[in-house]
Amino acid sequence: MSDAIAIPGFADPVADSQRAFRAVLDAMARPGRIADLGEGLRAPAPLDPATAAVALMLADQETTVALDGALRDAAPWLSFHAGVTLVDDPTRAQFVIASICPDLGSLDAGTDEQPETSATLILQVPGFGAGPGYRLSGPGLENPAILHVQGLPDGFAAAWQANHARYPRGIDVILCVGNRVAALPRSVSVEQL
Amino acid sequence: MEGYNFAYLDEQTKRMIRRAILKAVAVPGHQVPFGSREMPLPYGWGTGGIQVTASILGADDTLKVIDQGADDTTNAVSIRRFFARTAGVRTTTRTAEATVIQTRHRVPETPLREDQIIVYQVPQPEPLSRLEPSRVQTKIMHALGEYGLMHVKLYEDVARYGQVSISYDYPVMVNGRHLMAPSPIPAFDNPKLDRMPALQLFGAGREKRIYAVPPFTSVRSLDFDDHPFRAIRAPHACGLCGATDCYLDEVVVDDRGKRLFVCSDTDHCATRREAGHSGADSLPEAAE
Amino acid sequence: MAYVAVKGGERAIDNAHAWLAEQRRGDTGVPEIAPRQIAEQLGRAVDRAMAEGAIYDRGLGALAVKQAQGDLIEAAFLLRAYRTTLPRFAYSLPLDTGAMHVARRISATFKDLPGGQVLGPTYDYTHRLLDFTLEQEASPPAAAETETDLAPMPRVQDILAQEGLIEPDALPGADDPGKPPADLTREPLSFPAGRDARLQALARADEGFVLAMGYSTQRGYGGSHPFAGEIRMGEVAIEIEPPELGFAIDIGDITLTECQMVNQFAGSKTVPPQFTRGYGLAFGHCERKAMAMALADRAMRAAELGEDVTAPAQNIEFMLYHCDNIEATGFVEHLKLPHYVDFQSELENVRRMRAEHEAAAQATRKAAE
Repeated sequence: MSDAIAIPGFADPVADSQRAFRAVLDAMARPGRIADLGEGLRAPAPLDPATAAVALMLADQETTVALDGALRDAAPWLSFHAGVTLVDDPTRAQFVIASICPDLGSLDAGTDEQPETSATLILQVPGFGAGPGYRLSGPGLENPAILHVQGLPDGFAAAWQANHARYPRGIDVILCVGNRVAALPRSVSVEQL
Repeated sequence: MEGYNFAYLDEQTKRMIRRAILKAVAVPGHQVPFGSREMPLPYGWGTGGIQVTASILGADDTLKVIDQGADDTTNAVSIRRFFARTAGVRTTTRTAEATVIQTRHRVPETPLREDQIIVYQVPQPEPLSRLEPSRVQTKIMHALGEYGLMHVKLYEDVARYGQVSISYDYPVMVNGRHLMAPSPIPAFDNPKLDRMPALQLFGAGREKRIYAVPPFTSVRSLDFDDHPFRAIRAPHACGLCGATDCYLDEVVVDDRGKRLFVCSDTDHCATRREAGHSGADSLPEAAE
Repeated sequence: MAYVAVKGGERAIDNAHAWLAEQRRGDTGVPEIAPRQIAEQLGRAVDRAMAEGAIYDRGLGALAVKQAQGDLIEAAFLLRAYRTTLPRFAYSLPLDTGAMHVARRISATFKDLPGGQVLGPTYDYTHRLLDFTLEQEASPPAAAETETDLAPMPRVQDILAQEGLIEPDALPGADDPGKPPADLTREPLSFPAGRDARLQALARADEGFVLAMGYSTQRGYGGSHPFAGEIRMGEVAIEIEPPELGFAIDIGDITLTECQMVNQFAGSKTVPPQFTRGYGLAFGHCERKAMAMALADRAMRAAELGEDVTAPAQNIEFMLYHCDNIEATGFVEHLKLPHYVDFQSELENVRRMRAEHEAAAQATRKAAE
């Protein structure tokens, strides 16, 4: 067993995954809000604790997961701790875990009858609070919110709007930095500042 | 509880439900199918709400459970006990103290806050079910956003009765896209759903559907320009606290047709009485 | 009379539970019944609770029947709520009912066949006369025994299949080999529902519902000219194949009842006329259930076989959404929960509409005067 695999998942699987879920739920229900997942998890490089926690909290043997090239080293850890089915083709995965934003249009967007079958992108980014600013509006927001994210590709807002335009189809994104998350559900409209 | 996980459900089941909840939040008002489990309470008695609550609840939460607006109705007591027993969480009857509120048939009168989640028990998640019994067909209607059937029903109501005759489970349009059943709350409560600061989650166990309304999301009761939606309540004041803006229960007090009207939201009524309000029928022993 | 806000739901529930326990025990002058007695002497009740509770465990089945005071839907509900929390260690390999250790095997389509007709323990030819000797404790005389015939008992369908007279067995995953069989306890029903999902739903379904729907096909609502090709009941080995072993191991035997109906032939330009199948399988000795299930299964294949879908038993959505008695009993019985908030809104609605009606009538009368 490699050293990376030996890194435990959640210290307290029941309580830690519940806390992680509530943070992600809060983030998804209020787009742009940055939620803290707490300190309960040690993650194997190159995953940030938040990325690892979100994966463990949502994925298991009933789900398919694709990892992008830069995060491939975490594959054995994820298989061991979550029992997930790893697939090579991100267009066929329910969860795509990446550190480089893939083409949103290529991922599974679900169908108008079953929009819930769409992929969730768990995107590890370098930081919140700095970098380009995005104005978010839509369900979950009393007033438009501003989210600064580092590491999103140029033209992200336009790509996102193409995703948003397919509503109710579309990809949902959970952004992860350190032990914090923010989320972009497909229902939200994004404009670069 | 010995032999069972925290909040009864196993972790794999919770993950499945959590995945469904997140997708439900991402597509407000859309019914997400989920692998509803058989619960130790009967289908139709809140199994959907219980599964949603069990999947979100943490040790720090304070839970309130109401049925018909009251904390002391037997099914509310039974569900509250279930969670006290399986999760050991703090429970309360105070709306303001709760972080999670599970409800059947009412929305509390006290406005909910951003740091609260309300979980509705839903017997029939499909708003079109009385008009089209086939789920294969209604699914297509939702996919196309084709809700003509419902508009025709409302129009026929107006033609026949001069008004829309639906008084509870009154259909709403969420985020301008999905027609949604608000659960059998009285139409009086519908306006509370619109742009509510709290997250609203809906669980239908028997029908195996979860749906959600995120905070500050538009929830519009269907109506016509010349027949706008009207919230109905009994035109009386609460006999105990004197409130004139709350939903009231009608209690038959004798066999000669005498009625007493009291708040259906027991916490709201008690809080008002503690603050010194009283109604025409309040007695010392009633104001506990 | 003064109104006092009701408190005391908790005490009422506790008292109700205590009363229920007392009633369940009954007269303490009568010896208490033990689950073992139920398992041994009320075996058909345990079988039905296991079949509809979807768990094979005679001890738990007997306990559930005792706890439910013999209410078998309640017993099945207790078992379902228990099984839902159990971890899943493995999935069994497909059962080989052809290798069943048969206690009963009859065919209505052939007078005799390899392995013979085996009547087994059946009520079929008993005269339904109340047997007052059972009022007293009595041990019946031992039933006659013969040497076990170890010769295989091929299934009637396999005999017909040799000549190509009946459609081939639909093997699980035949259309999509990589796909595991549906499991309604993990994934909610979706449409079109494959035969795997339909059979699972029917196997768990209420015996009374399936019986009535199967019966309706015999009365012209979706008829399919059935013959009871074979009914067999007995013990079948359960095998699992742990990935770390790489070969199958036997983990025990369960009693099953299987029914293969042979139905009217269908043919088309590409397929020559042949008989079609309806299939029923139930835990324990549940022959009525297995037979009715086979009729219902065949009726639900109407669309697949190019027949008109006109009868309730052929309507897959109708059948699957209403066959489960745990869902049905919960929702029917939930009507006894308080609904006074909604009723109040209806009351106000009707009062308001009556007032408007009266006002309109008065206006008309005034105009006429």
